[in-house]
Amino acid sequence: MPRLDKRAGDVLIWFLLLTVPYWLPLAGSYVELGTHVVVYALAAMALNFLLGYTGVLSFGHAAYFGLGAYGAAMTIKYLYPSTPLGMLVGVIVGTAAAGVIGLMIVRLRGVYFAMCTIAFGQVFYFIAFQWRTATGGDDGVSAWHRVPLDLGVASVDILNNPEAFYYFVLAVFAICAAAMAFLLRSPFGRTLLAIRENERRARFLGIPVDRHIWMSWVISCFFVSVAGALFALMNNFVDPRALRWDQSGNFVIMAVLGGMRSFWGPLIGAAIFLVLQDYISSHTENWMSFIGLFFVLIVLFFPRGVLGVMRRRTAS
Amino acid sequence: MTLLSVEHVSRRFGSLVAVDDVSMSVEPGELRAVIGPNGAGKTTFFNMISGFLAPTSGRIVFEGEDVTRVLPARRVWRGIARTFQITEVFPELTVRENLRIAVEAAAGYRLRPWISREAEAVVSTRVTDLSDRGGLADREDRLVGELSHGDQRATEIMMALALNPRLLLLDEPTAGMGDQETYNITQLIRQLHKDHKLTIVLIEHDMRVVFGLADRIMVLAEGRLLAEGTPQQIAANEAVQAAYLGQAA
Repeated sequence: MPRLDKRAGDVLIWFLLLTVPYWLPLAGSYVELGTHVVVYALAAMALNFLLGYTGVLSFGHAAYFGLGAYGAAMTIKYLYPSTPLGMLVGVIVGTAAAGVIGLMIVRLRGVYFAMCTIAFGQVFYFIAFQWRTATGGDDGVSAWHRVPLDLGVASVDILNNPEAFYYFVLAVFAICAAAMAFLLRSPFGRTLLAIRENERRARFLGIPVDRHIWMSWVISCFFVSVAGALFALMNNFVDPRALRWDQSGNFVIMAVLGGMRSFWGPLIGAAIFLVLQDYISSHTENWMSFIGLFFVLIVLFFPRGVLGVMRRRTAS
Repeated sequence: MTLLSVEHVSRRFGSLVAVDDVSMSVEPGELRAVIGPNGAGKTTFFNMISGFLAPTSGRIVFEGEDVTRVLPARRVWRGIARTFQITEVFPELTVRENLRIAVEAAAGYRLRPWISREAEAVVSTRVTDLSDRGGLADREDRLVGELSHGDQRATEIMMALALNPRLLLLDEPTAGMGDQETYNITQLIRQLHKDHKLTIVLIEHDMRVVFGLADRIMVLAEGRLLAEGTPQQIAANEAVQAAYLGQAA
C-alpha cells in the first residue's frame, strides 16, 4: 500500500506541474509564479540532496546558485546570445567552484561545515558586489535577455511566451529531478543514506565518508547552479542578492518546511514559501515575519515538515 | 601464518597511558576474548586494531602487512570488520536496507549509479541469507531503530559479516542485554565461528559468555597485559583473580 500511495503521489505532482498554465490563472494567479516555484523547487531539492539524503547542512548554496545565474547572464550578454550556452557556462562555473571549495571544507562536520559554507558564499557575494566593471556591482547584470530556443526545424519563443518558458523550465526540472531520484535509488545513493544515518558505521563498512560527502556536495551544487541559471533566465537579470546568505537560508527554509526526508518535500516547501510571499507581500512589507512565524511553528510542531505530517497520517 | 599480530602497542591520552606495551597474536580460525576490569584499556586496544585510533607507539601487522597507519575504511577492504560497544546501525532504515548497504559496500558497488539486474538479484539473495542467519527474517522490513536491543546487535553483527571479513572484532556483543538475548547472541557468534572458521576477537564482560566461547583469553588490567592463556589457565590464574577481586572490593 505505501508503495502505491507513493506512486499516486508522484503522478499527482507531475499532473499538477504539467497543467500549471491551465489551473493557476483560474486560481487567480499567473504562470510566472508557477515558473518561480519550479525554479526554487529545483534549488531546494538540490540542497536537500545534501541536507536530507546525506545529512550535511549547507548554508551557502546561494553561492553556486548565484554563480550559475551570473555565468548564464554574463555569457549571454558578453559572449554569445544563446540560452543553452549560457546555462552550460553557468553550471560549469558553479560546479567547478563547488568542487574546489568542497575539497577545503569536506572534512568539517555539522555547524563548522555550515559556517564555512556561509563564509565562502559571502566571498562570492562580495565579489559580485564590488567588481563593478564585470558584474555591474549592486546594479547587477542587466540589458540582456534570454534567447528563443532554436531547435533547427522550429524555434521556441521562450522569451515572449510565458507558457513556453514555463514548460522549458519544467523540462529542465524534470530531467534534474529524475537524475536525482535515480542517483538516490542507486548503490551510491544508499551510501549517502548510510552516512546520514550513522557516519561511524558507514566508515566501518569501508565507505570513504569524506569522499562521498564531497561527491554529494558537488552533485547538489551542480543542480543548484542549474536552478541559478534558470533563475537568471527567468528574470532576464541578476544582481548580488541572488548569491547572498539569506538566499541560502531561503533554500533551507523551503526544504525544512516541506519535509527534508521526502523527495517532493522541498517542492511543497518552495510552493508554500513563494505563495505566502506573493500573497502577504501585497499586504505588508513585513512578509518575512509571517513566513518566519509559520516556519517556527512547523519546526516546533511538525519537525518532519508538511509532507512528513501527511505521510504519518496515511501510515497510521 | 599468523593472521593478526599486535606488537608492543601503546596509546597515551595526555598523561594517561590507556594501553601500555601490549602485544597479541591471533591465528586464523581462533576465537579470542579480551577481558579486564573497567578502564583496563580494552576498547582502546580494539580501536587501534580497527583503525579508529592510531597507536602512540608499536606496530599492527595484518596478514603479514603493516597496517598501523592504514585508514579505517581501507582496513575494512583488507578484511577487518568490527562492531561497537554501543550498537552502530542505520536506525531509520529497515533491516534489509541496513544489510543491503553492507553487501553492496563489500561487493565494491559503492560508487555505482546503477547495477545490473543480475547483480541486483545476487545482492538480494545475499541479504536474505544474512537476515535468515541472523534470525531476523520475520522482521527484515522493520526499521532497525524500532527493534529490540538484541535484534539491533544481531543486525550489526550480520552487517559486519556481510563484509566477508577475515577478522571480526566484536566490542562487548552482549552488553546491556537480558539472559535470553545474551544466549541468542552467544549462539549466533558460536555458529559464525563454526560455520565459517571465522577468526573472531571479542571484548566481553559477561564471564559465562567468555568462558563458553573463547579458545584463548587475554586479560588486560590498567592498560597492561596481565595474563594470556586457555580459559582453564585464566580461571586458575591468581593475578587475574586478584585483579577482579580487587575491583569488586
